[in-house]
Amino acid sequence: MNIIVCVKQVIDPEAPPASFKIDTASNRAEMKGASPVIDPYGEYAVEAALKLKDAGGGKVTVMSLGVNLLREVVKKPLAMGADELILLEDEVFANCDTWLTAQALALAIKKKGDFDLILCGREASDTNAGQTGPIIAEILGIPCVILARKLESGDKTIKVERVNSSGYDVIESSLPAVITVSNEIGQARYPTIKGIMAAKKIEPIIWKSTDIGYDGNTKRTKLQKLFQPVHEAKCEFAAGETPEEMAVNLAVKLREAKIL
Amino acid sequence: MSDYKGVAVYCEARDDKILPIAVEGLGIGRKLADALGQELAAIIIGDKILAQQIIVAGADKVYIIDDAQLKDYQPDAYITALEKAIIQIKPQIVILGQTDRGRELAPRLAARLSTVAIMDCVELAIGPGTKRLLQTKPVYGGNAQAVMVTETDPQIVTIRTKAFTALASDTARKGEVINISPGLDASTIKAKIINRVVEEVAGIKLEDAAVVVAGGRGIGSVDGFKQLDELAKLLKGAVGASRPACDNNWISDTAQVGLTGKIIAPEVYVAVAISGSSQHMSGCSGAKTIVAINKDKEANIFRHARYGVVGDWKKVLPAFIQKIKEL
Repeated sequence: MNIIVCVKQVIDPEAPPASFKIDTASNRAEMKGASPVIDPYGEYAVEAALKLKDAGGGKVTVMSLGVNLLREVVKKPLAMGADELILLEDEVFANCDTWLTAQALALAIKKKGDFDLILCGREASDTNAGQTGPIIAEILGIPCVILARKLESGDKTIKVERVNSSGYDVIESSLPAVITVSNEIGQARYPTIKGIMAAKKIEPIIWKSTDIGYDGNTKRTKLQKLFQPVHEAKCEFAAGETPEEMAVNLAVKLREAKIL
Repeated sequence: MSDYKGVAVYCEARDDKILPIAVEGLGIGRKLADALGQELAAIIIGDKILAQQIIVAGADKVYIIDDAQLKDYQPDAYITALEKAIIQIKPQIVILGQTDRGRELAPRLAARLSTVAIMDCVELAIGPGTKRLLQTKPVYGGNAQAVMVTETDPQIVTIRTKAFTALASDTARKGEVINISPGLDASTIKAKIINRVVEEVAGIKLEDAAVVVAGGRGIGSVDGFKQLDELAKLLKGAVGASRPACDNNWISDTAQVGLTGKIIAPEVYVAVAISGSSQHMSGCSGAKTIVAINKDKEANIFRHARYGVVGDWKKVLPAFIQKIKEL
């Protein structure tokens, strides 16, 4: 099975919230002192692809779009066990909105051809939208399943467990399809030493906008403002010499205030 | 800009009742329609007995899409049906809920209509002058919020649970009911739901509970969660969890509170050994009172909590449970 996984380089979402800063002039965010990472949701998609490869063989191609893609970051999926890396790297991609990102990825997927399955993370940890995968599916005119927690591939079909708020749906889809993967798929594997060595030897394939026939003139959304909501901390700490004493004081306080 | 006009709300229903999020959608939809001086339409799939509930909640027109193919939820069929309805109604704003269904319907519907959706909005307003929709949504896992403007029509949004106010039901309201035939055939469905599995735990539902006792990474085990369950039962509440606790299988995934889990707004949220990442706070910041127990005084949860104890939950919780029983 030939699988394409789309991943994104993002600012580290696991960095402490205190290190999150916005540059209001450029409307861009950063995590002070933390390096960019492969989006964790994208890593779950890589994990899902590798699980399918472990079970039935095949080839895993990773695709990433952006500018200033750090090789040590975007090569992580290779170190995890993916076979090939295609980078859509071009200054014009700095201006992409959700629609243009999905369009560029769809164009690159068409150019690559010969695929059975496209996987994306359930959403990116920066935009938290979860649209790129579904839009790619619509552009390519192929089925789409979101929020997968388990994948089982058949001959020309795939069976997906799709997370919902009360459990899961079992969905059967024809292939090729686009599937977005949720964290319930299970912890993404860590790169092994062998994997890291192998990744070093793989040169990424670089495609510019012109290589995929991308025009980039049809932006559909614009970011008007990016801001941090203000939070006023006003926590009342329970007093006491020991944890037990504090616990008792907390209980008394909550009962007195009729909160509990 | 275009011939799109008015606001339309897709109303999800279950068991012959429209969902609270649909009523919230009609509430904000009414406000936006009034600001534009235009009509508020509602779209429902299935039963016409829902029409009256929708009119009293604020809609001027109710479009009912009824078709045997739409009896059970199948995303492919629902998207095709909604696409047809939107083409007929031509609203400039379309509102859906950020629900299990909204998450997949909105992006794909938007792509088919040559536009794009803005997901999980917490504020919506009509821009002065431009008359475009200003869409505020949390980004960076809740660390920030973005105000987005969509350049294409219709402007499609999903709204976050409990972020918008429903209108008081007005039984004197009158509205028009219009039927739409989607003309579907079975070949529309390419990815088919073949089984629906309910995993929800017994007892009070997390979304409905007045008190939620939630545990995080620091709980460390299934047994730890049993202690939280004891407190939850005592307070007639439900147990929730942060993502790391679910990822470690200490508790069912359906208990997850946060951006990628449930978004709840209980009276009291007791956060035990939860650091309070932005992505978790997105799910519980609507709680009236947050009580936090954490051994790290610098933990982010204390920036949101009204009451707190700095200490090891393993020592704090048993004493707390004991005292609550006594009082």
